[in-house]
Parts: sequence; structure tokens; C-alpha cells
Amino acid sequence: MSIPATSIKGKAFGDRVLLVLVILLSIVMIAPVLWVIGLSLKDNAELMADPNSVFHAPYTLKNYVNTVGTSSVFIWVRNSIIVSGGLTLGTLILSSLAGYGFARLNFPGRHVLFVIVLFGLAVPEQAVLVARHQIFSVLKFHNTYPGLILPGLSASFGVFLMTQYFKAIPKELDEAAMLDNASRFRIFWKVLLPLTVPAQATLGIFTFLGAWNDYLWPLISATNKDMYTLTVGMASTQTNFAQSEGIGFLMAQAVFAGAPILIVYLFFQKYIVTAVSGAAVR
Amino acid sequence: MADQLAMPHTATPAASLRTPSADIYAPQWRNAIFVAPFLFFFTTLLLFPLLWGIWLSFHKADTFSSGNFVGLGNYVRLYHDKVFLQSIWNTFYFVLLTVPTLALIGLFLALCLNRRTRTAAVLRTLFFSSSVLSVTIVTLIWRIVFIPNVGLLSTIYGWFGATAPAFISNPSLAMIGIAIATVWWCIGLPMMLFLSALQQIPRDIYEAAALDNANRWQTLRSITLPSIKRTFVLVVIIQIVLQFQLFGQAWLMTRGGPNNLTKPIVLYIYDTAFRRWDLGMGAAASEILFILILVAAMAQYLVARNKGDRV
Repeated sequence: MSIPATSIKGKAFGDRVLLVLVILLSIVMIAPVLWVIGLSLKDNAELMADPNSVFHAPYTLKNYVNTVGTSSVFIWVRNSIIVSGGLTLGTLILSSLAGYGFARLNFPGRHVLFVIVLFGLAVPEQAVLVARHQIFSVLKFHNTYPGLILPGLSASFGVFLMTQYFKAIPKELDEAAMLDNASRFRIFWKVLLPLTVPAQATLGIFTFLGAWNDYLWPLISATNKDMYTLTVGMASTQTNFAQSEGIGFLMAQAVFAGAPILIVYLFFQKYIVTAVSGAAVR
Repeated sequence: MADQLAMPHTATPAASLRTPSADIYAPQWRNAIFVAPFLFFFTTLLLFPLLWGIWLSFHKADTFSSGNFVGLGNYVRLYHDKVFLQSIWNTFYFVLLTVPTLALIGLFLALCLNRRTRTAAVLRTLFFSSSVLSVTIVTLIWRIVFIPNVGLLSTIYGWFGATAPAFISNPSLAMIGIAIATVWWCIGLPMMLFLSALQQIPRDIYEAAALDNANRWQTLRSITLPSIKRTFVLVVIIQIVLQFQLFGQAWLMTRGGPNNLTKPIVLYIYDTAFRRWDLGMGAAASEILFILILVAAMAQYLVARNKGDRV
């Protein structure tokens, strides 16, 4: 059964079919984005008259000037930075401490507590949403930064990740430090924490991205326009979409909001991909 | 990842002679201080709301008070609410549309792009890039694709003198439109999970297959696919759990319309609890979603484990 010639031919043909399919899929990925960028560079009146005008000059930056002129966008970006940054910092601190505690220290009820924390991984946000909202109403946390940051601090994923990570560090390191009479906290801070930088990066990226893109909780909690995060603020300007008068403007806003995160992605893609897929598998 | 760490030189075992090592790992209350800060937030903002939500679901509650005990009243009302039943069906329909598509396209892309060429690397970057965008931007992009007149789709159809299908306003197409936007948004994760599974298949198996003159189809069917079976089930579970939580795309693209045909469970919860301020009924609906997600994940997990045993 020697069929080298046909198999090579078959291989080349098969490869070409696959290539065409992949190219088609990548066009589906890119075309909508290019369309959005194109529309963002056009005058609204011209677009309304003929959408095909996207394909030729004149192009204008007017929509971007208007976007920047709408001061709300900057307030929303600032809110998103504060909320995502605060949540990331808080998550890193809480998860590192708890991860060290669960991995290295013994205290009464440790195993039961860890199992309960693991159970937290299975609880979707929607299951606690209504009660959380009521609690925050009573505490008057809505439309404040703590109101937007605190719910995320209860997520178990970081603790789970850090516990695994601390467990993988050889125990001899701690024991050596203990000979020098170092305190528990000193050992944690000086000896072990520096070794967990890769895990901190993974967790930090995952938390920041998740908070930056979060929509449901900010939508419910931040009802004051000045407390909107970027996702909620952007969504709030889409309501007059149907009139389609300001399509170019809306598209400019989308590019303005989407470009920074895409640029960050291009630079840190390796870490981002690791963080996101690592978090999914856990 | 941990094994990639460069460990500093560690102490010799002999040194530990001086340490009362039995004491180090004995349970002590003060050690719990490290886990206490997290447990505080975990208890107050996750465990307590979870239990409070169950409690609320048996009450007629508004924003500030928990009102009267109504027993299973909220659940009975849900059972008779056509919109709620519709939203459950819509959610299942959406999961059915998206999860197999995501798993199959993700697998296809991973198989095609699992090579060390520059083109493959660029394409991997491209297919994952949409995953970092927020739901607001994704829906903005896809509404401008689907919208009549200036939409990308209607422009393309226009070149051929045809009318584009109305993916947002046509009752039988609206959910498909939302599903298309979702697949576009979420395709990166399944692809990456399949890629990392493919890279863990030992090379010598392929070399052995090549020696046996196995063709590509045979290699794919008898080596590659069986090796990533577990990943496939894992991807499906992850996606079922994720897509069950559909909210932003439906809310932003169609507001659940036309005629509630694209209203998923989470949007029903949002409407009931935060627009009609019927918190008790909203809480009841969210408990049902919680149970559905748990059941879906567990059923899939069991199926996965049984199949894994037989291989």
C-alpha cells in the first residue's frame, strides 16, 4: 500500500481547504471591528445618505473630538480605574494572606473552612445579587466606590490559586527562616511572597480585566451618572441608537473605550491568555 | 507554574534539629489571623447573601425590608408566570446555540493553529483578542453589524441588491443574532484550552503513528481526539455555566424583545428585582438559576468521569 504521491496531494488540498476556512473565520473576526473604525471616522450626515461612503474620503476626526469633549467619558474611565485597581489590590492582599494561611499554618477548623471557601467557587454572582443589593441599600453603599469594589473581594478564586501556589514552595524555606526566629508575618512577607510574583501577576491581570469589563453589578449598584464605570456609561449612551443620528459618534466612543484594552492585550498577551485560561480551568 | 520558580538555596535537613518542628504545625488560633480578613468578606458578602437570598425568596420583599412570609408563594407565582417559563426556555435555547458552536469552532481553530509558524501565532492573537473587550463594546460592534441601513450586513447585502435578514427585530432570528455576537466574543477561551491540551500530547505517539503510515484523518481520530476528550468535556461544562449567565448581550442588543423571545433568566431576575422592585420573586428566580447551573455542571461532570473511566 504505497500511496505517497496521492497522500501528499491530498495533504496539500486538505491544507488549502483548512486555510480558506481559517481565513474566512478571521475575516468574520476583523470585519466588524474595521467597520466600526470606519464609521467612527465619517461624518454622520454623509453616513446616513450612503453607508458605502465609508470606503472613500473624506474622513474626519470630528467624532473623536466630540467623544473627548463629552467629559463624562473621562469620569467613567477614572471610576473604572479606581474600581478595578482597588479590587485588584484588595484581592491580591486578601488572597496572599489567606493562601499562606491555608497552605502553611494550622489552626482549628482549617480543613472545613477551606472546603467552604472552595464551595464559593461554585456560587454564581446572580445567586447572591438580590440579597447583596438589599444589604448594600441598608448600608448606603450604592453609588460609592466601596459599593462597587467590595463584592468582588468575596470571590474564592484568588485564595484557591494562592493556596495552591504556596503549597508548591518547599517547606524547608520556612523552617530555615524559623531558625532565625523570624515571625510568621516576616516569613510570609520576606521569604515566601517574593516567590509568588508569577501567581500575583496571573491573579492581578485576571481580577483587573474582570472588574474592568464587569457590567451587571455596576449597572445595579451605580445608578448615579457620575459613579458609572466605563462599561455602564458606554451602555447608557447607546439608548438613542435606533435614531442612528450619532452613529459615528457612538462608534468613536467604542473605539476610544476598546482600543486601550486591546493595546494592553497586545503587549501582555502571553500573561493575559495564561491568566484567563488558568482561571477557567482552576 | 510553580515548578518554573528558581528556588534559592535551602537549609540542610540537619539544621532543623534545633527547631521544635512538632510545634510549628500544631493547630493554633492565632494562625487563623492570616485567613481572617478574607473570611470576613467571604462570609459577609457571599455566604450571608446566599442564605439571605434563600430567605428572601420565601418573602414578599422590597428594597429595605423583608416584608411578609409567603412560603412557596414566589415560586408558585414563577411557575405560573409565562414570561419566566419563556426565559428558562430562552436560556436553554441560547446555551444550545452557543455551547456546541463554541466547542466545535474552538476545537477546529486549535487544530489548525497548533503550529509554530508566525501566521499561526498572529491568528491565535486575533481570535483571542475579542475576549478582552467588555460586553458593552461587543454589543455595540454587533448592533452596528446587524442594524439596517448603515449596518455592515445590510451594506454587504446591498452590493448584491438584496435585503439583509433582520437579526435584531425578527422574532425567529433575534436569539441567533445574540448567539453570533456571543460566539464572536467568547471563542478565544475554548481555542486556548484546546491548544494547551493539544500541546500536552506526547510527540512520540505521533512519530509512532507516522511510522505506521497513518494518514491525517486516522491520526486525528485515533490519537488526537481521544487525547483531548477530557478537555472537550471541560470546555463544554465551562461554557454551559458561562452561557447560562447570559445577560449583557440580550439586555443591550434587544432588551429581551421582541415579545420576550430573547429574555434570559438573568434578565428576568434583573427586571423583576431591580425594575419592578419585587425582590422576593427576583430572589426566587435567582435560586432557580443557581440550581440549574449546579445541576448542569454536575451532570456534565458525571458524564465526563464515566467516559473517562472507559478510555
